[in-house]
Amino acid sequence: MSKQESINKEVFEEKEYSTLNLGPTHPATHGIFQNVLKMDGEIIKEATPTIGYIHRAFEKLAEHRPYAQITPITDRLNYCSSPINNMGWYMTVEKLLGAKIPKRAEYHRVIIMELSRIADHIICNSVIGVDTGAMTGFLYIFQWREKIYEIFEEICGARLTTNIGRIGGFDNDWNKKTWDLIDTFLKEFPKGLQEFSNLLERNKIFMDRTVNCGPITAEMALSYSFVGPNLRAAGIDYDVRVMNPYSSYEDFTFTVPVGTSGDTYDRFMVRQHEMWQSLSIIEQAIKKMPEGPMHADLPDFFLPPKEQVYNNMEALIYHFKIVMGETDIPKGEVYHCVEGGNGELGFYLISDGGRTPFRLHFRRPCFIYYQAYPEMVKGIMLSDAILTMSSMNVIAGELDA
Amino acid sequence: MEELLNKVNEKLKEQFHGDIQSAEMLYDFPVFTIQKDRIHDVLKFLKEDEELNFHFLTDLCGMQTADEKQLGVIYHLHNMPKNFRIRIKTFFDINHPEIPTATDLWPAANWMERETYDFFGVKFKGHPNLKRILNMDEMDIFPLRKEFPLEDQTRIDKNDSMFGR
Repeated sequence: MSKQESINKEVFEEKEYSTLNLGPTHPATHGIFQNVLKMDGEIIKEATPTIGYIHRAFEKLAEHRPYAQITPITDRLNYCSSPINNMGWYMTVEKLLGAKIPKRAEYHRVIIMELSRIADHIICNSVIGVDTGAMTGFLYIFQWREKIYEIFEEICGARLTTNIGRIGGFDNDWNKKTWDLIDTFLKEFPKGLQEFSNLLERNKIFMDRTVNCGPITAEMALSYSFVGPNLRAAGIDYDVRVMNPYSSYEDFTFTVPVGTSGDTYDRFMVRQHEMWQSLSIIEQAIKKMPEGPMHADLPDFFLPPKEQVYNNMEALIYHFKIVMGETDIPKGEVYHCVEGGNGELGFYLISDGGRTPFRLHFRRPCFIYYQAYPEMVKGIMLSDAILTMSSMNVIAGELDA
Repeated sequence: MEELLNKVNEKLKEQFHGDIQSAEMLYDFPVFTIQKDRIHDVLKFLKEDEELNFHFLTDLCGMQTADEKQLGVIYHLHNMPKNFRIRIKTFFDINHPEIPTATDLWPAANWMERETYDFFGVKFKGHPNLKRILNMDEMDIFPLRKEFPLEDQTRIDKNDSMFGR
């Protein structure tokens, strides 16, 4: 065997794979994810994800906290759409208490949740744009996320980790400035979103880059327990808002966008259409907004108004008990799920009657569907793997709990 | 929902009488407790039965019973077209925490079982890669078990006895 032949044999037959560490901190992974890749040139042969870099023991923490103090924990699950997590948690506790929430509070919740869904999808979709090399869309659409955070700030004082509302509803009516901000948003945002759509949706370069990139079949998506936009992109029309309506979602008409091939382009398009649907839901909620109280009648769990606390003994006692977390929650076991930014976000709560949960488990959609990632990137190029990850919208906070 | 409970209960009784320890409604969920040796057969039956067809594993998590002597694994199953949801539970001795894996039925069970192992030390027999997932590999405890308190309980600089802690 001549020298040249032996080199050829080495290169073409006895392939030596190289190992590449993608992450844990790499600008293209948008979060702390590590993937040890076995590469053949630029083709991925095998991926081994390592997760848990920002694990914060939420389930253990929750076993030691009163119910109201668990809300800030849920903020930090999917931190791109914290209000949905907050509302999901409140609804879980309300289900356990058997509380009846007035329609007005539920409609307010719907507005909040749809706004944060838009914020979540803006992040995901604009980042898909950035990963394909289209910075422009990102720069223009991101200001609308800022506008949404301004609305949150006006309602609760916080922007990202919102801790919005309370168990039982909201603390008070939203002020006029909030409604003005929402009105401006509803008026202006469609223009911005349309501009973003025009930039990317039928863009030849963008489509060449994303169509057929990291596809997943419906069967595989179901067996890996995909939910939310990622499952819908694969062609399954499962949406918790429609299947198990919560918080009066049955009062609104909206369509559930469904893709066909489950590739990056479909995931992008499903999210894109969901933003339009969310806008229409918000408009409907404002139009149909019923009159009535903003919170359920739950004196044991709901802080009384401040003027009563100062002048009324009973209110003061309730205030103290709630703030110190000394109210006992009834025994029971509930599972409640909401449609989060990434799909079915579930709360499995076991209460043994004390001031803290006996066991609380978060069903985090990211954690469950991210395990299909090694299979999805097998045999595709490294740059497509980056795109696949960003289009799956894996959020580190939700992944690692 | 009551109908679903009765329907599943009948079907399970027919196949596995004696292995169903309890069947009840908890809020909006039919809940079944199964003997741990038959859990895999029950899950397989529920998945493959034509009428019930629980094809989707929504959630799998562990828990410890209040007496701290038993561990449990909880499965949430879902049939999307008919919108059936049920919860399956199984309990076993904490000193012999071994149950069969569900990874052959649902690939999604892989990480959820690893998480359960990580936090409760439940050994899933037949799992392809049962090692810690969120905690570091060197950890030698199973942190969600009740025997491990959250905070150093010997701390003396903090007296919270007024608030029942």
